[in-house]
Amino acid sequence: MKFAFYARVAALAGRPGHSVRRLARRRGAPAPLAAALAVLVAAWAAWSPEAARAAEPLAVPIVYLTVGEKEPPPLSLVEPIITDKGLAGARLGIADNNTTGRFLNQSYALTEVIAPDDKALAARVVALLAEGKRYFVADLHADQLLAVADLPGAKDALFFNIRAQDDRLRTDDCRSNVLQVMPSRAMKADALAQYLMKKRWSHWFLVDGQQPDDLAFVKAVHRAAKRFGAEIVEERPYSYKPEARRSDTGYMQIQGQMTQLTQEVDDYDVLVVSDESDIFGEYLPYRTWDPRPVVGTQGLVPTAWHRSMEQWGGTQLQNRFIASAGHVMVERDYNGWVAVRSVGEAVTRTGQADPASVHAYLVGDEFRLGAFKGEGLTYRRWNQQLRQPILLSSARMLVSVSPQDGYLHQRTPLDTLGYDEPESRCRLN
Amino acid sequence: MLQRLLAGSLGLCLSLGSAGAFASTIYVSNEKGNSITVIDGETLKVTATVPVGQRPRGITLSHDQKQLYICTSDDNHIEVLDLDSLKVVGTLPSGPDPELFVLAPSGNPLYVANENDNLVTVVDVHTGSVRAEVPVGVEPEGMGISPDGKVLVNTSETTSMAHFIDTQTHQIMANVLVDARPRFAEFTSDGKQVWVSAEVGGTVSVIDAAARKIVHKITFAVPGIRPEALQPVGISITKDRKLAFVALGPANRVAVIDAQTFEVLKYLLVGQRVWHLAFGPGEKVIYSTNGVSNDISVIDVAEQRVVKSVTVGALPWGVAVRD
Repeated sequence: MKFAFYARVAALAGRPGHSVRRLARRRGAPAPLAAALAVLVAAWAAWSPEAARAAEPLAVPIVYLTVGEKEPPPLSLVEPIITDKGLAGARLGIADNNTTGRFLNQSYALTEVIAPDDKALAARVVALLAEGKRYFVADLHADQLLAVADLPGAKDALFFNIRAQDDRLRTDDCRSNVLQVMPSRAMKADALAQYLMKKRWSHWFLVDGQQPDDLAFVKAVHRAAKRFGAEIVEERPYSYKPEARRSDTGYMQIQGQMTQLTQEVDDYDVLVVSDESDIFGEYLPYRTWDPRPVVGTQGLVPTAWHRSMEQWGGTQLQNRFIASAGHVMVERDYNGWVAVRSVGEAVTRTGQADPASVHAYLVGDEFRLGAFKGEGLTYRRWNQQLRQPILLSSARMLVSVSPQDGYLHQRTPLDTLGYDEPESRCRLN
Repeated sequence: MLQRLLAGSLGLCLSLGSAGAFASTIYVSNEKGNSITVIDGETLKVTATVPVGQRPRGITLSHDQKQLYICTSDDNHIEVLDLDSLKVVGTLPSGPDPELFVLAPSGNPLYVANENDNLVTVVDVHTGSVRAEVPVGVEPEGMGISPDGKVLVNTSETTSMAHFIDTQTHQIMANVLVDARPRFAEFTSDGKQVWVSAEVGGTVSVIDAAARKIVHKITFAVPGIRPEALQPVGISITKDRKLAFVALGPANRVAVIDAQTFEVLKYLLVGQRVWHLAFGPGEKVIYSTNGVSNDISVIDVAEQRVVKSVTVGALPWGVAVRD
């Protein structure tokens, strides 16, 4: 991960040029020829009736925002270390928007901002707002997100939260210029709880990491247990410092540690682990004192997206993403794609690129985003949280998708996940 | 070669021996089963299950009805199944992950939707060569061809458009924005309309083929079924344009529609996750493939009633009928 502070405008090129370059590559044509072909195609595009009607494309600039930080590497050695989580998804969203946009004379571009710290981030957002940028894909933590959303001049901008899972952003700290693409912890815990209850695995043993994020997930698990009628038979805190992922014969020690951690617990069905930073949870499966499955932040995991997901045409998104990013699509990538596609869908349907029109459309009754979840995704009016089915996946296989059959709601079963309108203090729309 | 000749003539003998004047055969692709189920149209008995390539989805008959073209999606090509010998006798190029296609009314070429590449590929079925590639929207899927073969309509799922393509020049003539995730396009037999189903949008757009404008949007409502589950996919319209049938996916229903007034007349309960439809000979019956329940439903067209279901392979997807 580069810590350098930079901003870059991604290529404006639509797909015709892109696919011609690809064809030329496939047939072994040299780069100058490919470029010439691209120019020819661009010339042809200029002659198309759409272009003749309106020469100037409707430009929709979108900004990706993050603060460069060193994320802990995944504990498992087989997991790839990915340094552009979120950004790669936003880039694919831009490419997809442009494929559609060329038929409608719309053009999407991404400005990529990786700020060195929070202060630089704020300064950069102020400058971008002054330039007229209004759409921001926010790959930020909750406090960073609120800080930029509350900047003077940001009121009529739209920030799509693709990272922060904090429930407070959905219950108390709502902002009318923030849309929550990332599912909240409550949505994830509820999705998991519904499946466990459906399996009648209603007696839970909680092993709680002690980082603030872990404890936030623990809170969501407690809420879900109460909501869906599960019993927490035992709860144990576990402090673990990140250590080297590699160590010779390290397994011997871990095997003993995890057995010790999980012995002498009253009879339970599943162990629910909370370890959002992925520093010990992966050690639990197969090492517990009693033979029990592990669920939560490791084992069976609730998530917006997983590489094992190929239902509802998901194969296409996975393939397209791997081809463009060079790695599997992770949750933040999916969120980045959904954020950019949300803007694209609103602009396509309304023909308007101003944030007021786009915002009204996104939270209105017409908006429905096809996003490989088996039904159209919408935003909740009261807190602007994206309504979506939550995947339950093991490391290598999609296991289920919540909401589970039988969990009903007067509006949509999707609203059985997370904080419902009466439980939230937010009344944004 | 000799083997193929022998197999071919043996198949010929068999079909001469068994085929009555009106005998028909139903072919069903089993997406997960990697097979084609062959069903006798009269007895509705499964007569054969033919192993084919990986993930067979869209299927269509050759013009002479002697071959079945199969989109074997995960093998990234089209397989050609000889219907007398029930052997795969060749493959056609398609580009990666072919899902659906449509054959020109003249029998050649085959227009293939490549979901991975945002392309429609034009394949010559005789020479096996690619004649052209047409860049379209994101995830092309539905393919409809006008009865005169001059206009191809392709739908792209993430772009949510019906692209009208001139089959002579291979240029896009118009793009019609429809509701989210359009999956299927079907021309009426008079060529005047194109019906496009939108799976996530939950609608069928009826498009005037000459004006290339939406003239009507059909919506669906079934008591007790949540609206999000009403996901139109396959469409079949009778030649006289009186009735249309629309498969509604996880709603487990086929809608019967008055194709003149666009009024939904009836919802027929079929198997689970209904994908695609095909008429039997003379449009007396229509078959639906029910993905999750591993069967097909047989619907009597005149009575608008489901009369039978037939178990096939794992996750049935496409269906084609030989007269």
